[in-house]
Amino acid sequence: MAEDKLLHESPSQTAGPYVHIGCLPNFCGIGGVYAADPGSVLVNADTRGERIAITGRVFDGEGEPVKDAVLEIWQADAAGVYPSASDPRGDADPNFFGWGRAAADLATGEYRFETIRPGRVPFAEGRLQAPHVTCWIVARGINMGLQTRIYFADEAEANAQDPLLALVEPRARIDTLIAASDGDGSYRFDIHLQGARETVFLDI
Amino acid sequence: MSGESAGGRFLPRERDWHPPALAPDYRSSRLRSPRAPLLSLPSTLSEETGPVFGHVSIGELDHDLVHNYAAAGASALGPRILVHGYVRDQSGRPLPHTLVEIWQANAGGRYRHPNETYIAPLDPNFGGCGRCLTDADGHYRFQTIQPAPYPWPNGPNSWRPAHIHFSLFGEAFAQRLVTQMYFEGDPLIELCPIVQAIPRADAIDTLVARLDMDAALPMDMLAWRFDLVLRGRDQTYFDNRTEGL
Repeated sequence: MAEDKLLHESPSQTAGPYVHIGCLPNFCGIGGVYAADPGSVLVNADTRGERIAITGRVFDGEGEPVKDAVLEIWQADAAGVYPSASDPRGDADPNFFGWGRAAADLATGEYRFETIRPGRVPFAEGRLQAPHVTCWIVARGINMGLQTRIYFADEAEANAQDPLLALVEPRARIDTLIAASDGDGSYRFDIHLQGARETVFLDI
Repeated sequence: MSGESAGGRFLPRERDWHPPALAPDYRSSRLRSPRAPLLSLPSTLSEETGPVFGHVSIGELDHDLVHNYAAAGASALGPRILVHGYVRDQSGRPLPHTLVEIWQANAGGRYRHPNETYIAPLDPNFGGCGRCLTDADGHYRFQTIQPAPYPWPNGPNSWRPAHIHFSLFGEAFAQRLVTQMYFEGDPLIELCPIVQAIPRADAIDTLVARLDMDAALPMDMLAWRFDLVLRGRDQTYFDNRTEGL
């Protein structure tokens, strides 16, 4: 199809402060409509891979936690395969959904995902990406969902070869994409919307 | 392994068609807008794949906000409306079996939410959330009540136009989109800094639902038509790649 025949994407609008109503109704006290909030559980007893937890907060330009944020993650299974029709390999772990959604705590701003460590995902030319989790953030005041990636501090060798991390300038900003390990499979990933530690956001 | 998805790369987003991160008249964007340029690069397998919701059990009333929070035999207060349309990608291809989630204020402009402070009353029979999967033709359909405009703490006298929030997935995470639907003829559209953060009038117009008398149900509910477009794949890239295999 010729470029000029393409439709425009629908313009984005902020999710607003009440995003929970539509995305996590049980979380905000609207019980009885959906049996469970979508994306609240990523793994079950049969999911393959190392259990990890990722927690953190989203901060605004004055360092205040964004307590109305909702985050979503999308990641490959332990073997690096996506549970998606678009992954041509098509043999993802049937006990792993790959997608999660969590609200920042309304009082503290803390979010938490319990998932598994993703495997390495292929890139072009036979290269591999370092293990990573795609992360998407919406909140009041965010006009278009912000996308970033969560990499892992204890994957230094893979991170050094990662094709996306290789593009980050200035190099010091790479740290904003790397979750710190607290040991025992716990990782901390804080997101800074503005300021000296502003997270690298992606147009991808 | 090539690292390529079954569908190919996505077209870059038209950033000048969407609202910028910083829209100073929308006060909340001032401290919540990234200031560094986004890191731009072609999509990878991580963005060209996405969750499949076909298996998620959607309840019989999930698309029906008039009844899905109401007591047995009761229904939500307000003008009954049907909201429907098609979800397509940028090349016009329907997106079937994709999850559409909506949320909205009630007929008095009040949200059911712990942080909500507006004086308009809650409707005990209205929750405000709904969801459905598009059908094989990419069509979705909700029944709900007409939400009211409401005031919000932005400027000294700021009012949101009546709107319904939409969340869409498409078939790949690159297509993830949240937006809002407005109603044709609402004079608050041109006064709203959230709407007007969109830099082009023709882009704003695509978020305005049209009265659809052909779909209205006589003696029951008016209908509004709202079509949505998600990011498309780069067909040129895909065609070339296919030929090269």
